[in-house]
Amino acid sequence: MSFRMARRRVVNVVMLGATGVCAVMSVLALCFILGYLLWNGGHYLSWDFLTKLPTPVGQSGGGMANAIVGSGKILLIAAVTGIPVGLLAGVYLAEFGGNTMTFMVRYAADLLNGVPSIVTGIFAYTLVVLPFHEFSALAGGLALGIMVIPVVMRSTEDFLRAVPGTLLEGALALGTSRWRGIATVVVPAAFRGIATGILLSMARVAGETAPLLFTSFNNRYWSTGWMQPTASLPVMIFTYAISPYDDWQRQAWAAGFVLLMLVLLINICARALLLRGQPTGR
Amino acid sequence: MAYPPPAEGKKPDAAIRFPAGAVAKFQISDLEFYYGPKKVLMDISFSIPEKTITALIGPSGCGKSTFLRTLNRLSETVHHSRMEGKILLDGTDIESMDLVTLRRQVGMVFQKPNPFPKTIFDNVAYGLRVNGVPRGMTLAEAVEKSLRRAALWDEVKDSLRKSAYALSGGQQQRLCIARALAVDPEVLLLDEPCSALDPIATAKIEDLLLTLKDICTIVIVTHNMQQAARVSTVTGFFLLGRLIEFNETRILFKTPVRKETEDYITGRFG
Amino acid sequence: MAAGSRPPQAAANAKSFAARLRNGDEIAHLITLIFAALVCLIVGLLVFQLYRNSSVSRHQFGWTFFVSRAWDPVFGDFGALPFIYGTVVTSVLSLMIAVPLGVGGAIFLAEFAPPRLSDMLTFVVELLAAVPSVIFGLLGIFVVVPVMRTTVDPFLQKFLGYTPLFTGPIYGVGFLTAGVVLAIMIVPYILSVSREVLLAVPADQREAALGLGATRWEAIWQVVVPYAKTGILGSIFLALARALGETMAVTMVIGNDPKISASLLAPGYTIAAVIANEFTEATGKLYLQSLIELGLVLFIITVILNGLARLLILATTKGGTIQT
Repeated sequence: MSFRMARRRVVNVVMLGATGVCAVMSVLALCFILGYLLWNGGHYLSWDFLTKLPTPVGQSGGGMANAIVGSGKILLIAAVTGIPVGLLAGVYLAEFGGNTMTFMVRYAADLLNGVPSIVTGIFAYTLVVLPFHEFSALAGGLALGIMVIPVVMRSTEDFLRAVPGTLLEGALALGTSRWRGIATVVVPAAFRGIATGILLSMARVAGETAPLLFTSFNNRYWSTGWMQPTASLPVMIFTYAISPYDDWQRQAWAAGFVLLMLVLLINICARALLLRGQPTGR
Repeated sequence: MAYPPPAEGKKPDAAIRFPAGAVAKFQISDLEFYYGPKKVLMDISFSIPEKTITALIGPSGCGKSTFLRTLNRLSETVHHSRMEGKILLDGTDIESMDLVTLRRQVGMVFQKPNPFPKTIFDNVAYGLRVNGVPRGMTLAEAVEKSLRRAALWDEVKDSLRKSAYALSGGQQQRLCIARALAVDPEVLLLDEPCSALDPIATAKIEDLLLTLKDICTIVIVTHNMQQAARVSTVTGFFLLGRLIEFNETRILFKTPVRKETEDYITGRFG
Repeated sequence: MAAGSRPPQAAANAKSFAARLRNGDEIAHLITLIFAALVCLIVGLLVFQLYRNSSVSRHQFGWTFFVSRAWDPVFGDFGALPFIYGTVVTSVLSLMIAVPLGVGGAIFLAEFAPPRLSDMLTFVVELLAAVPSVIFGLLGIFVVVPVMRTTVDPFLQKFLGYTPLFTGPIYGVGFLTAGVVLAIMIVPYILSVSREVLLAVPADQREAALGLGATRWEAIWQVVVPYAKTGILGSIFLALARALGETMAVTMVIGNDPKISASLLAPGYTIAAVIANEFTEATGKLYLQSLIELGLVLFIITVILNGLARLLILATTKGGTIQT
């Protein structure tokens, strides 16, 4: 075997190893994050943590109950504002769209998707916080709702398009009007994929912090209604993590663990839903 | 066989006939169809008799499926398509009819079975829920009636709530027929309904069609000449977008008038 | 009725508008159209609000905003340069780390690994993309920063301290740390998209190279990767766009100092980080609107980048290289 040949074979093996290392490192990153959070946050997790309000600075104990509920409220607003818009816009693109309108809407959604979340926060600030002169769950929910729209729209459109055209034809041939056929046959057929898109969009915004920093702000107590500053899990994590107090830092770990678990769980469920596949008939 | 009711100012075509004494369900005159600038159906004039099975045969791409779809105006779902000429259903121009009403009266079964992703019951009930259940019947009774007509009731009566996709291909196609029958159509259009099925399932459906012809007019597109010979009373031969010949099935197959028909039937092409 | 040309649309128009309205199709079309238009409206409104609410600072500073190093809330002098610098430096750094990792990992998963293993590992890596930014920040503060401060930074300073890149006191926080954390965050994007692009390369390309006697690696590096390079480049642009807008993790590890320094070990600031930190503290209209103008700048940069990325990916699927 010539030297050249031997060198080529060595390079081949070395690169196999090198690229493998790259892949493994990327995988290990997630495992490390999960493990570390579990280690540090897991044993701070207690019933108190989940049910109590934060205590005054310097006092140990207390929890993040208001942040958990607050996140729930904000996410609810995000869902109520973002999902219907994304769904119906997706239906339009898949079933009705003409050429220019489709292009414009898709481009707009792509733009929205690529906007840094903090800029979305600024937008919600100018729309809701400025006119009403206060931070609110509504503002935070709207900011997140805007981020939900492109994801839901994209998956709705993709999965509606994937439904075979012959299904709608079957409905039309029975004397159904077009909109009814779409609503009662095509949309249910695409339901699994659309649900996945909705779940993934919610998982994504559940972890968002930046847009909430100056829309829903923060609150050390329960917030009533929708127009008050509201605590949220991500903002609490941020505030506690950069604080100088040991106790708060430990709580940040626990909260981080809860948040990560929630987000990953939704993600895995969404993907499992998709993988179980749809019987599309043969 | 007589000549069909003649169109104005046209010489009757010797190859296009009509059963004597039969009533015309469809009267087609000077039908032309375009996909964009391309003309895919030209100069089609004939009549389809009621309460019989009419078969449309011809090589692939000759326009028979396109023609079938003009009968329930499903051809309109293709962008940039255009139809010229006239189609009368029981004397009424189908262009002037309400689309939904037309499609309820003229049902369709497609080449590949396309049951909805719903239960067997809901598939058959779909058309009824949309168009209304006939007087004097409950939904469940109407569904059972359709499934019996489609010769499927005995096989599915205990599993009506199961998904339609649990059925075999042949059963799914009979389910689609039941679904179409549920709205009591006067005409049933079938576009190569057996091409995706095995011979036994095919035989079942052919037997089924023979029982159905007493209730509704059947038009079936098929590339299988033996099937056309088995089930149909009249047959039309399409070639390159034209209707070349239309006559009683046994006459068309035994003593075709046109040379193109004879070439096709004897297998010289197609 | 005389036989004549009757296109389907004309037949529909022949019926009254009211009749069509009744059967619901037109209503459905209208409703979904409204919501689709709403999406466009939101984007337009977003740009408009950003523009309108930064008018004070735009008129005050004009184009000098982009070259001024000042950030003085007391005297009301604001400039974007340190933040643009910080954003660019951290993003470029993150790419330098993430691209080899991501593309290398993608090559392994697409070309060497058996399909089941490849799918499983890709699933895990894609989950990494779902981890919220604040969690990365958390780990950044308590894990990455100490490691950088005690191990990596001194190491770099010892061996490369003669270059201006690694001079100065070591805090642990700074451009380099932010770049490292960002890199971990954007690797999944590069890896996942590049892997798909590589998998889409037709098998006969590989086989042709192998048939000519090339080793696996040579076939990959000299034939497959070049074939897929446009798509891979697109994935890099996407990752870059993500890195530029990344807020929380960067805020927590960059040191929050609006200064331009050559040294990567020095603390700095990015556009997103300064908005996050100072928005609620901003006193006075000029301060707030300067921050909003920074937001506008960030928006424009990411729009351009995302647009370029789309074009590249579009070229991949149309230009004859890869058809999906």
